[in-house]
Amino acid sequence: MRTYFASLAATAVLLSASLALAQRDKAATHKYDRDALVYAELAKAPQKARARHNPLEKDPDAVPAGRILFERHCTECHGDFAEGGKKGPSLLVEQVQNAEPGAIFWILTNGVVWRGMPVWSKLPEPQRWQLVSYIKSLGVAKSIPVSAPSTRSPSTVATEPPSPLR
Amino acid sequence: MPTSPFTSFLKLFLLSLLFAFLPGAAPAQESPYFVAYDHYLEEPGNLEIEYFSTFGTQRGGNGFHAYWMEFEYGATAWWTTEFYLDGQSTFGDSTLFTGIRWENRVRVLKREHFINPVLYVEYEHKSGADKILKEGGGHDVEADFLTPNAEARKEHINEVELKLILSSTFKGWNLTENTLAAKDLSNSPWEFGYAIGASRPLALKASAKRCSFCRQNFIAGVEMYGGLGDRHHFGLNDTSHYLAPVVAWNLPSDWTFRLSPGFGLNNNSHRFLLRWGVSREIAGFGSMVSRLFGGRQ
Repeated sequence: MRTYFASLAATAVLLSASLALAQRDKAATHKYDRDALVYAELAKAPQKARARHNPLEKDPDAVPAGRILFERHCTECHGDFAEGGKKGPSLLVEQVQNAEPGAIFWILTNGVVWRGMPVWSKLPEPQRWQLVSYIKSLGVAKSIPVSAPSTRSPSTVATEPPSPLR
Repeated sequence: MPTSPFTSFLKLFLLSLLFAFLPGAAPAQESPYFVAYDHYLEEPGNLEIEYFSTFGTQRGGNGFHAYWMEFEYGATAWWTTEFYLDGQSTFGDSTLFTGIRWENRVRVLKREHFINPVLYVEYEHKSGADKILKEGGGHDVEADFLTPNAEARKEHINEVELKLILSSTFKGWNLTENTLAAKDLSNSPWEFGYAIGASRPLALKASAKRCSFCRQNFIAGVEMYGGLGDRHHFGLNDTSHYLAPVVAWNLPSDWTFRLSPGFGLNNNSHRFLLRWGVSREIAGFGSMVSRLFGGRQ
């Protein structure tokens, strides 16, 4: 029985360490700097990936389906309206909205693993393209949407969003 | 009043169920495998609570029901850590808490490739009565389970398991191959095993409507696993092997159900295993814990 408790204690210590490590990443860098590093990943997409055309661009179901996928898999980090969250940057900025669909697809496929974004290749390709369609449909934010936890409708504050790169 | 290990296990299970009903769940696309692993790790900061069950037939003895709880936490996007609690009931014998496991999976490469390696390290502290059959390794055979629980529980096993997970995703299909090397920390030889799996969602495009029974919510496939002997007797002699169709149903209401009937492929294997599992992911668990201890929000 003593071994059980020793093993449990060791596990608890190691789990705490892993929690601390996960939190350390957040605390280590200023949010805007972290976001900038993630946006910079878009520029690393190979030319071949950028040149890929969204096969669902003209599919009228792509945006609503992408919205549902976004709610399921992305809002936890990027916020209910893609305005950015504690863990993930806003997707309503020029760096994302002006990026080629192929570059966004490449980021979804490969993640930014060292910066906390998991790979999403577990979603089949058509679903990743549906997500790209939804993200591109959002456009650049003129004001910052503020998500209220108790409601799904966005409210906004009338200020220009801060430039994450400056 | 002293509590038995089983009572403790039951309390933990009920507590976990309670936890699973907390808000903040995050539906994910969970793989359907029970034994094989693919290269996808838990999302960082999320905790997945899982319960799995295996009913097994036993020639020359009583059938059994083995079960385990998993607490799977995404420490980072490249490291997932899991804690297991195992138990079993042998029909006509008794119910036992059989041990704990602590597992870690680390993603090796930064980006997706045609083959994606993941390193797996697990420590197990279990009794000889463990029957969850989470992996087939060494010379483990059906006859090992004939030992009565009262006797089997006296054997204590401290084991380290290493796996190399090689997984690919191509046109919606996931193909994965796991190689296992396990070492009982007593004076036993290294034992080897394997698991392979293939799976695919029933539909590749998502529906534009919210639905529970849409085809993209179901992932079906098959896995095969078994032992490859040990360092002194490497090969297929005196090893058991299983083939098991698998299916997972990822509900939009945050739950995932899995089902798998497994079939023994030789006389050393249990003829039939029926596995099922249910899981729920708690989003932002790391941040919740951090806030609890006054950390950054």
